[in-house]
Order: sequence, then structure tokens, then C-alpha cells
Amino acid sequence: MPDLTPPPRPVALRLSKITKRFGPVLANDAISLEVAEGEVLALLGENGAGKTTLMNILFGHYTADEGSIEVLGAPLPPGQPRAALERGIGMVHQHFTLAENLTVLDNLLLGTRSLWQARQHRSAARHRIETLADEYGLAVNPDARIADLSVGERQRVEILKALYREARVLILDEPTAVLTPQEADALFATLRKAVAHGLAVIFISHKLHEVMAIADRVVVLRHGRVAGEVATTGTDATRLAAMMVGAEVSTPMLAPATEGAIAMRFDRVVTEGFRPDLSGVTLDLVGGRITGLAGVSGNGQAALAALISGLARPISGEVIVAGRTVADWSPALAVGHGIGRIPEDRHHTGTIGDFSLAENAVIERIRDPRFSRAGWIDWRAARSHAEKLIASYDIRCPGPDARIRLLSGGNMQKLILGRVLEENPAIILANQPVRGLDIGAVRFVQEQLLKARQRGAAILLISEDLEEIMALSDVIHVISEGRLSPGFARGSMQPAELGLWMAGQGFDHAA
Amino acid sequence: MRLEPIAAPGPARRILPPLVALGATVLLAGVLALIAGADPLAVLGLIVKGALGSKFALLETLNRATPLIFTGLAVAVAFRARLWNIGAEAQLYAGALMTVLLGTGALPWPSAILIPVLALAAMLAGALMLMGPAFLKLRFGVDEVVTTLLLNFVMLLLVSMLLEGPLKDPMGMGWPKSPALLKEARLPRIVDGLRLHWGFALALIAAVGIWILDRKTVAGFEMRAVGAGEAAAGFAGIRVPRVVMLTAALSGGLAALAGFSEVAGLKGNLTSDLSPGYGYTGIVVAMLAALNPLGVVLAALFVAAIFVGADSMSRAAGVPTYIADILLAFALLAMVLALTMTRYRLRRA
Amino acid sequence: MNEIVDILISASFWIAMVRIASPLIFATLGELLCERAGVLNLGIEGIMVAGAFAGWFAAYSGMDLWSAVAVAFATGMVFGALHALLTVLFGLSQHVVGIGITLLATSSSYFAYRLALPEVTSPPKIEAFQTWPVPGLSQIPLIGPALFDQTPLTYLAYLLAILLAVILVRTPLGLAIRAVGENPAAVEAQGLSVTGLRSGAVIVGSGLMAVGGAFLTLSAFNSFFFGMVNGRGWICIALVVFGAWKPGKAVAGAFLFAAFDALQIRLQQTPLGAHLPYQIFLMLPYLLSILALILTSRRASVPAALMQPFRKGER
Repeated sequence: MPDLTPPPRPVALRLSKITKRFGPVLANDAISLEVAEGEVLALLGENGAGKTTLMNILFGHYTADEGSIEVLGAPLPPGQPRAALERGIGMVHQHFTLAENLTVLDNLLLGTRSLWQARQHRSAARHRIETLADEYGLAVNPDARIADLSVGERQRVEILKALYREARVLILDEPTAVLTPQEADALFATLRKAVAHGLAVIFISHKLHEVMAIADRVVVLRHGRVAGEVATTGTDATRLAAMMVGAEVSTPMLAPATEGAIAMRFDRVVTEGFRPDLSGVTLDLVGGRITGLAGVSGNGQAALAALISGLARPISGEVIVAGRTVADWSPALAVGHGIGRIPEDRHHTGTIGDFSLAENAVIERIRDPRFSRAGWIDWRAARSHAEKLIASYDIRCPGPDARIRLLSGGNMQKLILGRVLEENPAIILANQPVRGLDIGAVRFVQEQLLKARQRGAAILLISEDLEEIMALSDVIHVISEGRLSPGFARGSMQPAELGLWMAGQGFDHAA
Repeated sequence: MRLEPIAAPGPARRILPPLVALGATVLLAGVLALIAGADPLAVLGLIVKGALGSKFALLETLNRATPLIFTGLAVAVAFRARLWNIGAEAQLYAGALMTVLLGTGALPWPSAILIPVLALAAMLAGALMLMGPAFLKLRFGVDEVVTTLLLNFVMLLLVSMLLEGPLKDPMGMGWPKSPALLKEARLPRIVDGLRLHWGFALALIAAVGIWILDRKTVAGFEMRAVGAGEAAAGFAGIRVPRVVMLTAALSGGLAALAGFSEVAGLKGNLTSDLSPGYGYTGIVVAMLAALNPLGVVLAALFVAAIFVGADSMSRAAGVPTYIADILLAFALLAMVLALTMTRYRLRRA
Repeated sequence: MNEIVDILISASFWIAMVRIASPLIFATLGELLCERAGVLNLGIEGIMVAGAFAGWFAAYSGMDLWSAVAVAFATGMVFGALHALLTVLFGLSQHVVGIGITLLATSSSYFAYRLALPEVTSPPKIEAFQTWPVPGLSQIPLIGPALFDQTPLTYLAYLLAILLAVILVRTPLGLAIRAVGENPAAVEAQGLSVTGLRSGAVIVGSGLMAVGGAFLTLSAFNSFFFGMVNGRGWICIALVVFGAWKPGKAVAGAFLFAAFDALQIRLQQTPLGAHLPYQIFLMLPYLLSILALILTSRRASVPAALMQPFRKGER
């Protein structure tokens, strides 16, 4: 009987025993994998598993300590993005590598012609872009400035950049983190077209359902090593999750909590100076309740977070805390009103990298009589406060005097969490609290938030991760272009329905 | 190539790079001596002898260090808060002007009152000189580097103008200078008979004061926080604009004290060449000290020694005095590099 | 008021304006190139001094004037290379390194001058560039002599301004330079070298600054003296901001500033001028620069990555 199985597709990319160390940390440990032409390979793993490091090595941002890479059969010289580009590797970075003040055309042209040439040949490039855009379903205006484009549009430009350079292997790093469910579907359509053209696609993600939806095969990374490799037809989300963390995963159970009074109220609040601004947002934060704010980044979360944090004031509407309208507002006043703030960016806003743990632990409360009197700081008290936090929140660090820059993301976040929760705040703003953390830290942070909820705190949880919002919130609002949807009780909405609200539909019908 | 942060630098890594920087500076001194046609070792020896080799030399070094401690502190305080005060020269002259305006007869008060008043008035003048550019930065986003620099030139012209006009010494001949300060306005000598005035002691006290401010007070903490992480400081509730203005006031005031000290302690009057660039040299001092207030004292002594030594050496060996400026500029760059190398290593990406 | 009008209609005023603007054009374009690539070069003042000295010394030693200009350019490039090494490769503070380079370049020049001429009371003169009227163009009334009866270095400044504008906007190299000042990650992701582009911009820009300095000794005056540059470098930094980082506007700013400077010099000779101390007039250019900065410090046009060192792989 003749063998009717189709011949295996040619290997587009082969990584052999890639190893990379950063100081004492072993980011990639002898990783080997292959991708065939026309195949979608998902690289799955939690934060810190080594996925992005591996792809950065592939693209030449880093050089591997050991191991080799072959692209379309030929060895790839390490450490040079130019070589990777020439061999046909195209990367769509998680943080877009686009120059905002330049146009789409400029960004695509950049680096494609020799620097010693005098002419750019813009019209030829323009024509080629338009052709590619049509072929792959990526509508763009070549003359638009990147700064004026939405996040979804910018991602299309990133993909076009790779296609323009005739990529044969397309790598996408967490591409749906910033997309609505509908935009994600459009992306998958583009990827299917790419695969039909014979490209190999590597899709990095930590979202199980996406991986199951789009990938042919999955390679699971855990702690820098390949933990498993399966075809998606032969597995399911639960088994993938188990491979990802090496144990059974369970979502936290939300015990019923007694809800208390309205701790903070936003009444038809309008802001200015943000992109976009809040336009007449009304929201109640109730004690003992986690209010989840779902939405793609850049839809007004920044304005709302700034408002709660004290960094912004409304130009119309009222902010009412514990029943009293707030007249004057500032971060210091917010802290004084008992608002605990976990900011989105722990490196930039949450901590001062060169300061010690002790200094970071007391910075919000430096004028508190516990830590200073008549302008003189009691460093012993500050240090012992930090030591208490280190013990209670299991912060791995050299000690309270160590510079906080040396800590891992998870431990830094624990310090921020600790300094906030120790003050028993009535209101908590948790802005992307688990972004970029490994699974252990994610669990920890989520548990602490749930404990605070039990104690009666009113919590606003802002997260890009719809699954997280749905798992942890009592009430879910969707924010889109500065408008707030009505609140949806836990369990009453499907992700797709929320996705529609996230994409802006539903607001026109609502009163 | 990339720079990789080192988690816990050992003692060797923290000491070696600055030592190498200093060593390279010494080497450069030898090379420059050779270029000038002199014997390198002799030149180095003459510099050291000229700075420290006699009681006179030592006192001269301490005197020269006094304004440098003040301007070094001024720059360190400002740079630490990422306020790029390149205008210490103008602030110095503002302090000197104020000293002369009030101290040549306008306030007929006894020493115990007059001297503190003059010092405070000088500090106020210097503070205002820097608070202006700081305000422009906060309100209009105008880079303070250029504004403070340009004000240096404006101030020098202002001083020159006043010395040829309203502040002219009626009894002076030719060279424009101000009238002499009242006896009561003069800073006394620390020890009778030695040419060292109280300005030096004041400078040391200022250094210790700034150190205490830094480590122990809320104000110092906030200034450091704004410099080390402005966004995080603001988020934590620190009033950043107020802290910036306070930093400007303190920095300008310290630089002005250099002017006060030179006029009331050393010279007794004001001429347009009061400062041979102490404001700019203060930058070198501050960076050599890694912006540490106590380190500023050591760095100022070092820098003063180089200048005094080079002056003396130049008279003896004929090597142009600019050798000192070259060495210090080189030391500045080398030290900045060395300080980074104590916390980072160079790695292939 | 009459006096001002009198000055403005005199041909010598406009000629002086262009002559004063020429060194500023070179240095401003040099700084603009550095800043478009994302590097603030505070060494400009010192590099101008070094260029002034190097150019003068080359001419004094017998070289022809154009070779002297080349020597000045090379000197600027050397200091630029040092700046790039410290700020681009090692990522040190651009403020501190710039001031250090200014101090180093200035003191090295003065040291070398003292070595070359140990005991001189008046600086020795050299044979500077002579004016060369452009046939035809220099006959145009009023602006003809001003623009086209200048020294060849001034004509070079014009060409340079046009060349830089064209390169920045129309060539792949110019695109890469603009991009590296906006988002170095974007440049690296397209396979170009951030270090190479920034270093190149700083080195060439510094060379231009030095030529600006050399203009003072080889074209405007004909000798070198201490305090020659006198803050022009800092004014050029203000001019870059004033020109919103665009070559055309920066050159316009240089002309405007030079006009005020030329005006101020002539006003000193008038009866009005006799009443006021000359220092007031000399202060005006600096005060004007500060005013220009206040009026134009709009953050929108700043190259987004200006002054941020690019740590490769830091994501």
C-alpha cells in the first residue's frame, strides 16, 4: 500500500541547544525546537519562562552562550539583527519598535536601503506596501504618523514591516495582549494567510485558548527549559496548563464577602489632558467588592487610574470619598484619604530603583509620625517597617538596605503591595498588578487582593487580561474610549459579549 | 556591546576604577610635561611641593579650596536632583555683589550681626539667580543648562558695568574695583597670624550640614527622591515643583556663599576677576566626589592642590598653568566613566 | 528710533549680520545633527575653541587656508569621537560628559597656544580668507553684497545648510538618523546600528562645530585670542531649540540672532549708545537667547529619544 501521508514540510527554522545566562540566572537551558514552513508553532509559557529571551536570541538582540540556529537550512550568524533580517526572520515585538514621529512609510523604509544611497525610492515602496496590505488584509495608510495610529493599527504596521522585508519566519511576541477579541480574530486571519503563503509562524503566548485556536503545534517552556511538545489536535487547555506550571492549576475561588458602604464614588467625571479622556464616567467602588475594569489598554484606564491616584483632577463632575466631595486633590491627599495605589509601572512610578527597600517602603508615608518628626527621619523605624514587610510578604532580597533595582519584578511588586496593604486602605487601586510576574507571584498578589476584599476594602482592578478580570471581579465594567459600560455581575457575561463592549459596541445603545 | 548591571559589587570593583582614573590623570600629567619639554617627574614633584610643600603653600591650598567646597556643594546638591546648574559662576558673583552692596557702609552694624546678615543676603541673591531658571524649566520646559550658562555671561557683564559705575571705588586707580568692605564685615582669621579665614570653616560646616540634610531630613530625602526617580517621587506624594525650587534655592545659595567668602574673607572688595571659574570648577569637584557632600571637601582640596601646585610649578618649570585645567577636565571624564564601571560591566550582547 | 532705521538701511549692517551668523550656522547645524540623532552635545563651546585654535595654528604653521579648515574639522571629529565613546557606548550622562569635553577642549587649546607662543603680548596675525564676490549675485541691491560678497567659508555654510536639510529628509541615511533620535529600538529592529549612527552623527556634528570655531580665526578675525568664542556655543544650543530641530529654521534663527548682535554693536556708536554702558549692549544677545528659548520651548518637536542612552537588549 503506498504511503499516502503527505511528505513532511521543509524545516524553516531549527534551534539547537540554545543556552543563555544573565549573571546567575539561566534564562534558556539547552532549548531545541523546529518549525516547518507553513506551520504555526506556539511557544507557551508563563512570564519568566524564557520565551522572549529565546526570541530575542533568534532575532539577534542577544547572543546565545551555547547552541546554534539554522534558518532555511543555513546557519544564522548570532547577535546581529541585520543577519536575521537578511535570512528572513521577521519579528513583531511586544513593545512596538516604531518611531512615533515618523510615518508608516518611513518606518517601513528604515534600514531597507543602503545608507550610502542617495535616493529612497518612496513610490516603489509605497506601491509594494499597498500590494502587501491587500494580500494579507492589513489596511494601513502609508502616510499616517505612527503617533496618530491606534494600537491595533500599529501592530499591523509591525507585521507589514516583517512582510515588506520578505520574512520567511514570522515571530509574534504576545500579540493579542493589546487587542480586543475582534482584533485578535483579524490577526489570526492574517496569520492564516501568511501560513498559506508558506511562512513559518512562531506565536508566543501565555493564553491557552488562543494557542489552541491558532497553533498547529505547541512547545511549552518552563523555567527556561522545554517542558513538552505536542500537536494541538492531541491535547487540550488543561493539559497545556499543567505542562506550563508543572502542576494542576486552579483559579482562585471567590468566597462571598459582605459588601459595605460606597467608599469612593465618581459622578459624571470628565478629565482633560489624557488620550482618551474620561467623558462623564460614573462609578461606585463599594467596600468588600472587587470592581474589575476590562478593556484594551489606552481606552481611558490611564485617566481613571490617575484620578484615583491623585495625579489628576476632574474638570467637571465630582469625586466623592467616604461621603464627602473632594475639593483639593493630590497624591499626598489620596494617600491621606486611605487610598492604596498599586501603579501600573513598578519600575517607573512604583519604586525608585536606586533607593533601598527601606526607603521605598516608607516613601509614601515619610511625613507620618511613625517615620519622621519635625523633619527628622527615624531610619530605624523605617528599616524595621521594611523588615516587617519582607517577612510578611516573603520578599526575597539581600536586606532592607539593598537597592530595590536588584530585586526581581515579583519581589518588587510584593514590596509595593506590602507597603500599600499594611496601611489597611479602605480603597485599593490595583493597576495591572500581575503583569510580567511569574505564576507564583501572580498567585500571591491575587490572594492578597482577595484577603483585602474580605477585610472590606473597595478594590478597583484594572487589567488587560480578560480572564483575570472575569475570575476575580464581583462586578465588571468595560471601558472604551473614555466611556464606562454599566456594571455586569460576576458570571453574567461571556467573554465574547464583553469583547463587543471592549470594541465600543453597546455604548451607542446604552442611555 | 552592552552594559550589564552588577548585582553586588565587591570592594575591589568599587575601589579599583576610581583609582585607575586617578592614576591615568597622573600619567597624563607626565605626558603633558613631556610635550611641554619638561621633565615629567620634576613637574609632578613641583606640583606636589607647590601645593603642600610649605606652610604658605598649604594655607594657599586651603584658601583656594574654600570657594570650591561651596560651589562643589552647590553643584552636587543640584545635580543630585537632576537640576543641571551650570550657573554657579553667576550665583557666586550674585553673592559677592550682595556682600559688597550691603557691606561697604550701608549697614553700620557690629560684626556679630553684620556678618550673618551679609551671608544670608548673599545666599538669597544666589538662590534667586537659580530659582529663575528653575522656574522657567518647570513652567515652560526651558532647559536649565542653557539658561544658567547664558546667565553667567550676563552676570559678568553686570558686575563689570556696576564696577565701572555705581559701585566704583572712588579711591581706586585704573583697575575697576569696588570700595573696600567695612572692617566689621570681614571674616576673621581662624588662627591669628595664619592666612586662613573663617570662610574655610564655614565651608566645612556647610558640607557637614548638607550631609546631614541628605541622610537625616525629610527635605533631603525628597530632594534625593526627585533626582533618583521623579515620576515615582511624584506618585508617592512628594511635591516635585516645590522640591525643585527648594533645591534651586539651596544650590544657588551655596554658590553665592563662595562669593561671600571670597569677598568678606579673602579679598575685602569686589573686582571683575574675583572668580577664575570657580563655578565651572565646582562641577569637576562635584563629579569627582560622586555628588557626595563629604567627598566634595576632599575633592575640593584635591582640585585646589592641583591649581596651587600648577601655579607654583609653572613659575619654576615653565609649563603653562593650563595643564591644571586639562588634568581636571580629564579627571572629570575619567571619574565619571570609573563610577559607572563600579556598577556595570561591559558585555557582548 | 531714527538711529535704528539708519543702521538697518546701511549695507554694512547686513554684511556684518551674515558674517556674524556664519560661525553660528556651522555650529548650530553641527549641534542639530547630534541632537536629531538623540545626543545632546554640550562640548560645543569647547569644540569651537579647539576648532578656532587648530585652524589658526595650521594656518600659522604655513598650511593653506582650506587645509587649515580641514585640520579644524578633524580636530572637532576627535573630540566628537571622545564624546561618542563616553555617551553612546558607555551611556554616561550627556550633560556631564559635554561639560567635561568643553573644559578639556578649551584648556587643551589654551595650553597648546601657550606652548606654541610662550611670550606674546599681541596675538600674531595670519592671512585670513578674503571676501570673494559671487559674480552677478553680489550686485543685487541691499541683499547682494550681504549674502554674496562674503568669504568662501560663508558660502560653504550656505551649501552645508542645504546639504544637511536634503540629507535629513530625502536620503536613507537621513531617515536613519532621524529615527535613531526618535526610537533607537526601531532602528535596531531594522538591522541598523544605533551606536554607529549616533557616533557618526556626533563625530561629524562636532567636526562642523569646530569649523564654526575656525571661521572666527580664519575668516572673521585673523588671529586667535583667549575668550574668543565667548559663549557662542551655548547660544547655538538655544538656536537649535529655536529652530525646532530643523536646519532651515535654525539657520533663520542664526540670522535673526546675528542681526540683533550686529545691531547692538552699531547702537553703541550712536548718541543713544553713548548714554548707556556698553555692557548693556553686550548683554542683549544672551538675554535674547533666553527669551527665544522661553518662547519656543515647545516639547513637541524634541527628538523623543534625546538624552536617553540606548542600552541594547534592555527591554
